[in-house]
Amino acid sequence: MTLIHRRDELRSEKILQDRLFANDKIEMVGSADQVDIPDGVEVVDVSGKVIMPGLICTHSHIGQGSGGDRSGPIQPEVRVYDSINVRDARMEKARAGGITTVNIMPGSGHLLSGQTIYLKLRDGNKVEDLFIYNEDGSLAGGIKMANATNSRKAPPFPGTRAKSASLVRQQYIKAREYKAKLLAAAEDPKKKAPDRDLGMEALVEVLEGKRVVHHHTHRHDDILTVLRLKKEFGFRLVLQHVSEAWKVAEEIAAADVPCSIIYLDSPGGKLEARDIDWRNGAELERLGVLTGFHTDDGVTDSRWFLRSAAFAVRAGMSEKAALFGMTMAGAKMLDLEDRTGSLTVGKDADFVILSGDPLSVYTRIEETWVEGQKVFDLDDPQDRLWANGGYGAGTPRTLQLCCFDQ
Amino acid sequence: MLIRLVTFCLTGIVLANVPLSAQLAVKGDTVYTMAGEAISNGVILIEDGKFSSVGSAGDIVIPDGWLTLSAVVVTPGLIDAHTTVGISGLLNQAHDQEQVEKSAPIQPELRAIDAYNARDELVDWVRNLGITTIHTGHGPGALISGQTMILKTDRKNISDGTLNPFAMIAGSLGQGGLSKDEKKSPGTRAKTIALLRADLIKAGEYLEKLEKGEEGKKPDRNLRLEALGEVLQGNIPLLLTAHRHQDIGAALRLAEEFGFRLILDGASEAHLIINDIKDAGVPVIVHPTMMRAGGDKENMTMEMAAILDREGIPFALQSGFESYVPKTRVVLFEAAMAAAYGLAFESALGSITIKAAEILEIDDRVGSIEVGKDADLALFDGDPFEYVTHCTAVVIDGELVKGAAQ
Repeated sequence: MTLIHRRDELRSEKILQDRLFANDKIEMVGSADQVDIPDGVEVVDVSGKVIMPGLICTHSHIGQGSGGDRSGPIQPEVRVYDSINVRDARMEKARAGGITTVNIMPGSGHLLSGQTIYLKLRDGNKVEDLFIYNEDGSLAGGIKMANATNSRKAPPFPGTRAKSASLVRQQYIKAREYKAKLLAAAEDPKKKAPDRDLGMEALVEVLEGKRVVHHHTHRHDDILTVLRLKKEFGFRLVLQHVSEAWKVAEEIAAADVPCSIIYLDSPGGKLEARDIDWRNGAELERLGVLTGFHTDDGVTDSRWFLRSAAFAVRAGMSEKAALFGMTMAGAKMLDLEDRTGSLTVGKDADFVILSGDPLSVYTRIEETWVEGQKVFDLDDPQDRLWANGGYGAGTPRTLQLCCFDQ
Repeated sequence: MLIRLVTFCLTGIVLANVPLSAQLAVKGDTVYTMAGEAISNGVILIEDGKFSSVGSAGDIVIPDGWLTLSAVVVTPGLIDAHTTVGISGLLNQAHDQEQVEKSAPIQPELRAIDAYNARDELVDWVRNLGITTIHTGHGPGALISGQTMILKTDRKNISDGTLNPFAMIAGSLGQGGLSKDEKKSPGTRAKTIALLRADLIKAGEYLEKLEKGEEGKKPDRNLRLEALGEVLQGNIPLLLTAHRHQDIGAALRLAEEFGFRLILDGASEAHLIINDIKDAGVPVIVHPTMMRAGGDKENMTMEMAAILDREGIPFALQSGFESYVPKTRVVLFEAAMAAAYGLAFESALGSITIKAAEILEIDDRVGSIEVGKDADLALFDGDPFEYVTHCTAVVIDGELVKGAAQ
């Protein structure tokens, strides 16, 4: 597939391109005078439109996924992808919102609610169709943790912040010991390896940096608690929500930890979101913190994800940093920066075609492409239903009826 | 206020018997009066809390010494046609949630004036975004949850005055009207209607006994039936939240049976029963454009405002009620999104100014910039609907409640 894009006006600070040629990977990209259209390629003329990389949502609950149950506060053995319904209407709405890569997480009602999964929003009938594989063949995903009030409840859950931290520390120590026993057994055949423990296996991946901790946290002191634990155990970390980032931005910057922030219409709704501030984006940018965004769908709807970047700009973040935050920053947080997040030759052809300025309320997302395949088209009546709403917009997608008559 | 004092001191004007806020001039590159065409290079003069002149810069001379505000766009103070702000507080903890009393399904005697916290931070939040008048009170979540009221967002106490202390009685059909306790009625949609009909009949009988009863035989005063009687007598409307088309139909049926004035609220599936609504001549206070789409609301469409506009059905927009983060929506943003999904700009602005005022029956006081009306204004540094535009100043009754004059 080949795509051409010509615009009347180029605003260089934005992530926009004049011409894009792509199969499943981006093959050429540049301005019209730099890129000649080779013979024999299909040309899709979207003159007057804006193209930008596919959006990356680093924290979402689309797909009706579940995590740990009520049996305990720390459940690293639970995999969210064992529960995802890829036909969920909200998966379609995420495509309508221009999201091409998403980190689907279990909830925040546990200190550790389970493993997260990074998905490409390809058209697929089962979750495997959407998987992203690491170079070693493992699945790309992180782990979800939370502190403060969401994970506080009746025993066996913790009742205080200090207890929460102590329970988590104990688990990390246990995982260190498990790993040490594994290593010892590998080096010395006389030593017995520990029995397989699914939870410990996942936590060892965390300690080894193979699995990033996506940590729900809001209040300034809770943010610092996470940074303290990271210092003690050395795991790789993305702070999620970070509502009071503006209060401890210097500490976050000093710890060199990326932040995925959320923009809400108003503060409040829970104790810890009282001081959430639209200035978070600007403040984190000022201090050089890698800053991305998330929908936390259904806290905010994936269809209006770009609104987050626009609100950040309203409160002082640069347009460049805000659009970077919607794309490349998220790719970096998910360790996918070599595959997606920018319109760069060799990367996956994940992109969005917009009717205009990405930060304008009047702009509509017209098409979403994942790896060279169109997965959303505003002109398609069914896709339009997901995008605009209406009767049936909440109903899960039915089977793709390609083969029933054959 | 401080700025004014300084100005007066510098110019040596004697303050004797002149209220500090007596006079104010406002200039706008574009002034949307909502009473005729927008004015380019408009000037508004305010005296004693009311608009005294409105026109173009060529026609109106700002008297010497008047404090002057300037903005790119000036609109009437915005009106939120339905919210629970000030009744349901920012923290979302039991102590600040007064919007629904769950002890009984039908409690029309609950007054909004007894519950409103004018100092809740969310009131400040919406005022700083240009919302000067709110219709707030008991919320969705009970069959009849209580009364609503209309007031300005700068009031610090109920005794500072309202536009209407008893504007409507609010109720919910469908899921919102069901008891949360499955052992208590109403547990089904049909039961909600049966309960409501029975009480409306009782209220009618109460009114009849009051009217016809001889002295000494009149019924004891009953606050509940008295309040429903106000609805039956047509003194106030019944505001029924109904999302499913069958619930909207039930609301219309009730209004026809009892002859009360109905205002439909929410109305996610109004598009499925549009002709019935039109024939009944019932206005609609549409759900927030960005409301979470689930349960009874799963078929909502962002095009609802545009559909109602096309059909000629009177409508206004609202911020609605949120039971979770974010705690309140902002009606300005909801109108912006309606404009992005097919509603003409001035209709969208109308839905949060003059059209809202008409439905709330306060258009003699607010909703447009016309000589003699309350001097309520919102000032913006660009298109008010754009995410990146700021509300730079807010005026209520001629008083500057946000921003600075020169």
